Amino acid sequence: MNHKKLNAAEVGAKGLAGLKKIEMDKFGPFLALLVLFAVSALASPYFLRLRNLTNILRQVSYTGIIGLGMTFVIISGGIDLSVGSMLALVGGIGILLLNYLGGGAGAIIAVFFGAVVVGAVAGATNGFAITKGRVAPFIVTLGTMSIFRSLTLFISNAGEFRSHSSLYPSVGMGYFLGLPNPVWIFLFLTALFHLVLYHTRFGRYVCAVGSNERVAVYAAIKSTWIKFYTYVIVGATVGISAVLLSSRLNSISSTNAGAGYELDAIAAVIIGGTSLSGGSGSIIGTLIGALILGIVNNMLNMLGVSPYLQGTVKGIVIIGAVLIQRKGKRLF
Amino acid sequence: MSDILVRTAHLAKEFTGVRVLNDINIEIERGEVFGIIGENGAGKSTLIKLLNGTHFPTEGEIFFEGEKVHLNTPVAKNLGISTIPQEFNLVKDLNVYENIFLGREYRRRGGLLDHRHMKQRARELLHSLQAEVSPTMKIEMCSVAEKQMVEIAKAVAYNSKLLIMDEPTTVLTPIEIGILFDLIHRLREKGVTIIYISHKLKEVRQVCDRVMVLRDGEFISLDRASDIVEHEMANKMVGRELEQIFPPKPTPSDDVVMRVENLSVPGLLHNISFDLRKGEILGFAGLGGSGRTELAETIIGIRKKSAGTIFIKGKKRTIKSPSDAIANHIAYLPEDRQGTGVLVDFSVTNNVTLGSLKKYAHILINHRKETAQARKYVKEFDIRTPSLKTKLRFLSGGNQQKVSLAKSLDSRPEIFIFDEPTRGIDINAKMHIFSFVHDLVESGISCIFISSELEEVIGVCNRVIVMREGHVAGDLIGSDINEEEIMQRATGVKQGVAV
Ligand SMILES: Nc1ncnc2c1ncn2[C@@H]1O[C@H](COP(=O)(O)OP(=O)(O)OP(=O)(O)O)[C@@H](O)[C@H]1O
Ligand SMILES: [Mg+2]
Repeated sequence: MNHKKLNAAEVGAKGLAGLKKIEMDKFGPFLALLVLFAVSALASPYFLRLRNLTNILRQVSYTGIIGLGMTFVIISGGIDLSVGSMLALVGGIGILLLNYLGGGAGAIIAVFFGAVVVGAVAGATNGFAITKGRVAPFIVTLGTMSIFRSLTLFISNAGEFRSHSSLYPSVGMGYFLGLPNPVWIFLFLTALFHLVLYHTRFGRYVCAVGSNERVAVYAAIKSTWIKFYTYVIVGATVGISAVLLSSRLNSISSTNAGAGYELDAIAAVIIGGTSLSGGSGSIIGTLIGALILGIVNNMLNMLGVSPYLQGTVKGIVIIGAVLIQRKGKRLF
Repeated sequence: MSDILVRTAHLAKEFTGVRVLNDINIEIERGEVFGIIGENGAGKSTLIKLLNGTHFPTEGEIFFEGEKVHLNTPVAKNLGISTIPQEFNLVKDLNVYENIFLGREYRRRGGLLDHRHMKQRARELLHSLQAEVSPTMKIEMCSVAEKQMVEIAKAVAYNSKLLIMDEPTTVLTPIEIGILFDLIHRLREKGVTIIYISHKLKEVRQVCDRVMVLRDGEFISLDRASDIVEHEMANKMVGRELEQIFPPKPTPSDDVVMRVENLSVPGLLHNISFDLRKGEILGFAGLGGSGRTELAETIIGIRKKSAGTIFIKGKKRTIKSPSDAIANHIAYLPEDRQGTGVLVDFSVTNNVTLGSLKKYAHILINHRKETAQARKYVKEFDIRTPSLKTKLRFLSGGNQQKVSLAKSLDSRPEIFIFDEPTRGIDINAKMHIFSFVHDLVESGISCIFISSELEEVIGVCNRVIVMREGHVAGDLIGSDINEEEIMQRATGVKQGVAV
């Protein structure tokens, strides 16, 4: 081992290895999705049916949309556990509003925007307590998770919010150019949020705040506002998801609606390669993370695995994804 | 025959195919102070990280006390190698004594931690360094100089055979440096070997027995410190003849750009008043803890003042946050590079434009414009980086500092507050930076220049305010700006304003 300089080929090879590591970091989730897709296609002949694929897409849209907003929260160094309960509350209020307004086309449009606003306000409540009250995000949203659910139960007397509109289901059940409406909205929001994260000041500041808040503050970034807005954004995505879900069912159950959504949304973000410690992340990754979760669920159903075991598999996928991503990264 | 403690044979290191250190063969004698100098990015820190087990060599061997060793950090620790790193390696949520004993805590017989013993030992250590830091203070609350003293205490807490110091004095003032040098002499007497890295060539000559020069990862020379004068060292570092460091001092106008009146922060600052003129470089000198950084942080609104007024161009202004400061065209270069200056996980470009992103974005960021600007600074300040997309954590300390400087310069304010701007920057890059600042000031911008390097303060400032314990202890101009006047006021030997 006493050769003095590596020859050019060796240097080249090492450079390539370095490159591969970086690419793995970025495209790891995408590769995992491809592999999962191929395996699923081989495992079940029904998997590749158009109907099944569009079904998967639709199923992941509701939590996927929330996951997009959640990506900003997590990059900024926060977390939002309240999104599931928030969805039930916002959905319930939306249906009350719809019935009040008569359930026509105008009413549906009003409900859509109304839900986004109500969601944003609920998110702002979280944001306010976190930034002004200086309480840890985990604690605040654990609290509001309980509060939002309890309010929903109280308003509906633990029953269901039922829409009287016959037009409303056509929003959530409808198709456009062969894809379910929620899927279009999910894809549109993915593109929009990707743009915001990588190509606007806000997106850059979210990363900066999550990376090192003190440095951000010294660089004249208003970090409390940035963090506040991330909770408003996730609230708005909850509003959109609430409308899509309630219009599909034409009702919202105060006990079940949105239950466990926080886990799926956060899991999509993490599987997509955004680190829980904040500072950087990827919107496209979250889209991929949501798809991975959806395909796993779909496969388990098709293969007839007990629904009680599906949670175990989901848990393994989440932990496995993080382990794989961790491997590429070193401390130095 | 002399006693060799450390020997390296054909030592080399590559990062992802790029060779940053090549064929290093050195022999370090027991009980000597071995200096390493070189430009930013020359490979100094990389070399010592091979010697303390942080990195593994790509090629070559290391011998410790004659035996070939394969180092990782625990092995190095057991062999008696300890390091004062260039970037602080302290846990900010723990307090001072917990950091000093991190990983080698004292235990009582039952296995429980012996807090009392550790606290007491920490107090003794800090006392021997004459550092007025309480062992129970949280690291987060420590000033940069205090953190540095804690790092030194941590490194000397155990009887090590080899003590590596990577730029230990960048944030220390002359008195603290004196204390450190006494310590080095005492350790040397006891047979401890010391590797000493610094860009302050005068110090290197003063404290080292031998000096090695590195350039672009290659060994250039090894001389007895007594045989080589400072400008020879500098020339060997850059590989050519260097000219004068300091550009001529500009002449300020009489217009007052900023007036600070009776600024006070309880316990830190007491009735600070001064004027900053257009085109002036106003220096702030003083010892550690004299309140210079606190003053800067109060002006830009990070600390809350209890009294006092700030006038910008004659108008009273309220500045409550750094964004208010920027709105008033005041920019600040923080002293604590990785704590408040740069984002180590952001790219070079994204760091440069962090505080000035508005200029590059209407709704969407113009990435091309942003990159072009970053490229300009990379050229101007000779920032050594593989690419503009490289994360800052992979740059050498001095090059990170240049990025930090570029970042605050890019917000193009009218008033700059520089806090230790040349911390860890090599002599050649300093020249570029001083001439850049000189051009800015010529064009009508004003600077506040906080530095613990007296030579710099003396070399670039039109006027120097000396601070002591949160008070203004002197206001010097012209020929009064010299080392003796400054030090006498900084230490309180002489008081009042010279005329
Ligand atoms: N972990 C790393 N990964 C990739 N490159 C690195 C890493 N650490 C250092 N380098 C590169 O190695 C070179 C030498 O860096 P090093 O930190 O040893 O310089 P230095 O002589 O200590 O400089 P300074 O005076 O600025 O501290 C630099 O070009 C740097 O970009
Ligand atoms: Mg270094």
